[in-house]
Amino acid sequence: MNDAFGRPQSMVVLAGTSEIARAVVRRTVADRCRTVVLAGRNPTTLAEAAAEAVAAGADDVPTLLFDAGDPTGARDAVDRCFAAAGGEVDVVLVAVGELGDQSVDETDPERTAAMLTVNFTWPAAAMVAAAARLRTQGHGRLVVLSSVAGVRVRRANFVYGSSKAGLDAFSVGLGEALRGSGAGVMVVRPGFVRTKMTLGRPEAPFATTADVVAEAITDGLASGAEVVWAPGALRWVFAVLKNLPATIWRRLPG
Amino acid sequence: MGDGWLLAGWGRTSPSWARVVTPADPAELSVELSGGEGGEKGAGTIARGLGRSYGDAAQCAGGTVIDVGRLSDIGPIDPESGLVTVGGGTSIQHLLERSLPEGWFVPVTPGTRLVSIGGAIAADVHGKNHHRDGSFCGHVTSLTLNTPSGVLSTGPELDPELFWATAGGMGLTGVVTDATVRMKPVETNRVVVDTERFTDLDGVMAAMEESDSGYQYSVAWVDAAAGRGRAGRSVLTRGDHAAVSDLPKAHRDRPLEAPHPARVRVRRTAPSGLLNAFTVSAFNAAWYSRAPRRRSGELQTITAFFHPLDGIDGWNLLYGRRGFLQYQFAVGPDRADVVHQAVRLLSDSGTPSFLAVLKRFGSGNPGPLSFPIEGWTLALDLPLGPPQLARITDQLDEMVAQAGGRVYLAKDARLRPELLEVMYPRLSELQEVRRRIDPSGILCSDLSRRLGMDGARMAG
Ligand SMILES: Cc1cc2nc3c(=O)[nH]c(=O)nc-3n(C[C@H](O)[C@H](O)[C@H](O)COP(=O)(O)OP(=O)(O)OC[C@H]3O[C@@H](n4cnc5c(N)ncnc54)[C@H](O)[C@@H]3O)c2cc1C
Ligand SMILES: NC(=O)c1ccc[n+]([C@@H]2O[C@H](COP(=O)([O-])OP(=O)(O)OC[C@H]3O[C@@H](n4cnc5c(N)ncnc54)[C@H](OP(=O)(O)O)[C@@H]3O)[C@@H](O)[C@H]2O)c1
Repeated sequence: MNDAFGRPQSMVVLAGTSEIARAVVRRTVADRCRTVVLAGRNPTTLAEAAAEAVAAGADDVPTLLFDAGDPTGARDAVDRCFAAAGGEVDVVLVAVGELGDQSVDETDPERTAAMLTVNFTWPAAAMVAAAARLRTQGHGRLVVLSSVAGVRVRRANFVYGSSKAGLDAFSVGLGEALRGSGAGVMVVRPGFVRTKMTLGRPEAPFATTADVVAEAITDGLASGAEVVWAPGALRWVFAVLKNLPATIWRRLPG
Repeated sequence: MGDGWLLAGWGRTSPSWARVVTPADPAELSVELSGGEGGEKGAGTIARGLGRSYGDAAQCAGGTVIDVGRLSDIGPIDPESGLVTVGGGTSIQHLLERSLPEGWFVPVTPGTRLVSIGGAIAADVHGKNHHRDGSFCGHVTSLTLNTPSGVLSTGPELDPELFWATAGGMGLTGVVTDATVRMKPVETNRVVVDTERFTDLDGVMAAMEESDSGYQYSVAWVDAAAGRGRAGRSVLTRGDHAAVSDLPKAHRDRPLEAPHPARVRVRRTAPSGLLNAFTVSAFNAAWYSRAPRRRSGELQTITAFFHPLDGIDGWNLLYGRRGFLQYQFAVGPDRADVVHQAVRLLSDSGTPSFLAVLKRFGSGNPGPLSFPIEGWTLALDLPLGPPQLARITDQLDEMVAQAGGRVYLAKDARLRPELLEVMYPRLSELQEVRRRIDPSGILCSDLSRRLGMDGARMAG
């Protein structure tokens, strides 16, 4: 059960090898989360992430495999995660994502479709499956990693950006649908985070670390937030950027 | 059968959804406990009274919550013994409305009369008279418990293991459908009160040790939010039921009028942050300076003395959207240092805390999960919001556990599960009873699940 500070005792992570997700798990486990289930696509790195969670104090950390390229498998992946967690889950963290290569993704229709699948279709399907579980449980939080890239989509990464915009809007809607059920959704909008996803890419303003995002997430769980920005200042930055005239927006660097 | 909705405790911190049923009689209730109709198999069932426990004790996410409010009959009060049999859903408010005019008061009352008899038994509640009279279940001579293995009668002599496991057992041994309680004779509805103010904790604690025994009721309010030097200043109020001869002449012809229900109602959640370090310490300071340095023989009403907050319905909404915690612990008589440390920890960290309540407990009773143990108890009201609060309350747990003390489960919403058995070393006695009367593990609550009290049931 989540306690008064929104501290979970059991967690399922969809994309347990995500660096942001690993930082979240380190925090929740230090704070009394005992059951952690990690799902991902790479058994080797999954085992590493699981060992890290155990070292931090988790009981034992089952891992299992899924491929976000195949949305028809989303329900099954979620079912297996809940079963591995013992049936009840306090927090489901959805961290699947791929930044892609914009120049290819905007010209190759198969790549466009693949990006939208991994970043939007699969996560949305998995969230629907998880939401049904949480609704039956009468409690639990779905935490989904969106991105500021989806808040206002840029020319330079509109494939990734639009996939996050879709996921973000979907998640907000799902949160509304769950109102009154005891379950809820928290949408997380990080800016540029230094992880393996962004390795070698030029840093954007307000660049931050996975640990800062993880802290924003546990704080958000404590306060019952529905939307979390990381770092927090981006909320105000984007309040402005969102309303810039297109002519100016286009000319901004990055 | 029965709709569901979101349920939370008085602190409003962790709401969860459950199907809610309000059985009209014990027979209807039995159906729910035998596996129910349409309840999610395995999601569990728990009783709920008036929802005045602060945390998640009276909720059961995804399962069934049995609201016992309709089981509220009050039998005749035996004029000789004061024994009365009441439904488990009867509130102390209603019982007093009936009993006071006949000259009977409840043997123990918590700081609000809006609790049910079932809730008073399940938490084995204590009042300002604990040092003299012990907790609520010490005044219960028998009760009827609806369990998954049928309807059982129990009392201190009849199946005492079941009775004492139920006392403080947080509803996990079954649903109390009725109980026979020994009331206390009173001549009037007033209390004769002595008030004294102290500049520090040492002073007030010494006074309590020295002369609590001269009063039936005693409690101190401590300011734990004042800055260094002033934290711990206190107001001690002690009293006894007034005799008719204590009343002014004009009131002597109607000495036993019952207290009224609430007159004021809070309807909206206050903005978060209304109660912050600044407003809380200002309130505490104003309250301290208004108290007399010393006053004796003041006549107070039952509401003013026992239930000061009952005049305002829904006052918990004033704590804002995020709600609040109440942290209450008990430690042995030689561990006054823990009370000092707790007050210092809150004050030094600038954690806002409304008037803390300090009390000396007399000896505990045989209930393995009954909270009171001989010594000191301190209750703190802590609005959610300060980022350090989670850490501070975890720190308090460690201090309390190390001192051999415990926290009060009726108020808990955040204890680390590993500490439950450290604080309640006789937990296994409750679990044994649960295995006997509930072999398939139907009874559980968000509290029992959070604290890992349901063992194999949850794993299976
Ligand atoms: C302002 C205020 C002051 C308080 N002061 C004190 C105090 O001075 N001393 C003290 O000891 N406590 C105090 N409390 C706590 C309160 O007395 C207890 O939490 C009590 O259990 C609340 O009763 P309830 O009917 O509201 O029960 P609920 O909160 O509805 O339920 C509490 C527990 O009792 C169980 N329960 C309820 N009904 C039944 C039943 N019929 N059969 C079996 N189990 C049942 C529930 O399952 C749950 O575990 C205070 C609370 C408030 C809000
Ligand atoms: N880093 C940033 O700047 C940033 C900013 C805003 C939002 N985000 C979002 O935050 C989330 C986590 O990102 P991160 O920074 O932690 O990067 P990351 O470590 O690369 O995490 C991405 C995760 O998605 C998994 N994944 C990708 N494609 C998959 C597929 N087809 N099937 C299964 N799993 C797949 C990855 O698995 P592998 O480990 O096996 O590759 C990895 O676990 C992502 O949704 C990302 O979009 C990141």
